[in-house]
Amino acid sequence: MSELARKLDAGAFVVTAEMPVIDGGGISEVLRQLEPMRPYVDAYNATDNPAAHAHASSLAVSLALLRAGAEPIMQLSCRDRNRLALQADLVGASMHGVENVSCMTGDDVGAGDEPQAKRVFDLDGPQLIALARGLTRGRYLSGRALVPAPRFVIGAVENPGAPPLEHRVRRAAKKALAGARFLQLQLCFRPELLERFISAAFELGLCERVALIPSVCILRSARAMRFVAEHVPGIEVPASTLARVEQAPDAEEECFELAFELASHALAQPGVAGLHFISFRKDAGIAKLCARLGIPPRSERESDGHRAPLAV
Amino acid sequence: MSAGEVVAEGVAAKLLARVEHAIKGPLWGCQMCGQCVLHSTGLTCPMTCPKTLRNGPCGGVRPDGHCEVRPEMRCVWVKAYERADRLPLWREHIDELRPPVDRRLEGSSSWLNLLSGRDRERPAGWEAAEAHV
Repeated sequence: MSELARKLDAGAFVVTAEMPVIDGGGISEVLRQLEPMRPYVDAYNATDNPAAHAHASSLAVSLALLRAGAEPIMQLSCRDRNRLALQADLVGASMHGVENVSCMTGDDVGAGDEPQAKRVFDLDGPQLIALARGLTRGRYLSGRALVPAPRFVIGAVENPGAPPLEHRVRRAAKKALAGARFLQLQLCFRPELLERFISAAFELGLCERVALIPSVCILRSARAMRFVAEHVPGIEVPASTLARVEQAPDAEEECFELAFELASHALAQPGVAGLHFISFRKDAGIAKLCARLGIPPRSERESDGHRAPLAV
Repeated sequence: MSAGEVVAEGVAAKLLARVEHAIKGPLWGCQMCGQCVLHSTGLTCPMTCPKTLRNGPCGGVRPDGHCEVRPEMRCVWVKAYERADRLPLWREHIDELRPPVDRRLEGSSSWLNLLSGRDRERPAGWEAAEAHV
């Protein structure tokens, strides 16, 4: 069983982080990016052509992480592969020991730098989750036997900040029904929307079935924040937040403060199982933020049984 | 069945597909996927979603409820949930997990596939995938 699964099952607080995209630089680039996060992070998302930009594949980065002794969460999006390719990557990943996977629909090709590409979407996110679960039960989608069945800890994503706001949680519930064990939530710069989503999930009893992991992003500049606001699908940055960073004497410091506030707010929500961090800083931004939030390093969390802040 | 009958059946199926499209095209923007789920999606065709999502909205819906891919269009699933809530029947069906599309049925009449049961055929492994034990 993956460490992530073991922690989720034990109700321990989990910290996941986004591996920065890898282009050149080989395995040593993966190691360089990994090192500053290591003391705090339980598992790392190997992203799958995020925002429809091609990079080293999530499978390749997952294997590099395993080789470095770190636990990957291999993302798989439905945008670039049909059901055959998705199954091949899942079974292939399992062959190398990848257990954590995150199944998603994926941003449209129009969000990327190759909008001429064919969009595939042979399956959708919930169908991909179910397909992965079918594999763990020893069946390809065709019904053909897969022996022994691979082990997967199946995750998915959900966006608490995108319409239809009052129905988002039902889609999250559908993903749990399809077999998702954890849901990493999209960045949300409007804390009231995250709160609304999580309290609806809590009321539905969803938090007991699926671990909710809100995401927090540490940006570095007003320009980067404007880019996120304008170009990353499904993320809304309020004008006041943008103005706050733009007018700050030290934008990088202000971005860090904002990340701290959003993370503190997320941590205070009932039923949150952990946090997912995305950092664009050159230094150990995630470690710094965890320390400021009072999240102990991994080694200490393991010895003192640091629990998820579950308000029951 | 004689060769003549096979041809006649093929012609009838094509004719029915044309009739179906003539009706459902203008009404719902029917894309002729051949496995209609309109009743379970608030009478909103999920195949008009640029990502052809059958199980709810993607995470890219814009703050105004419009589509990530086609900003001029309201998200198909934003409409679907609204409409499903107003339906006297089938309201809860929207939360069901719909199976992958059988691409071989594209262009055929979903009416015919409904009658023959062809639209309810699933890949053999889907049962293992969707069953919650």
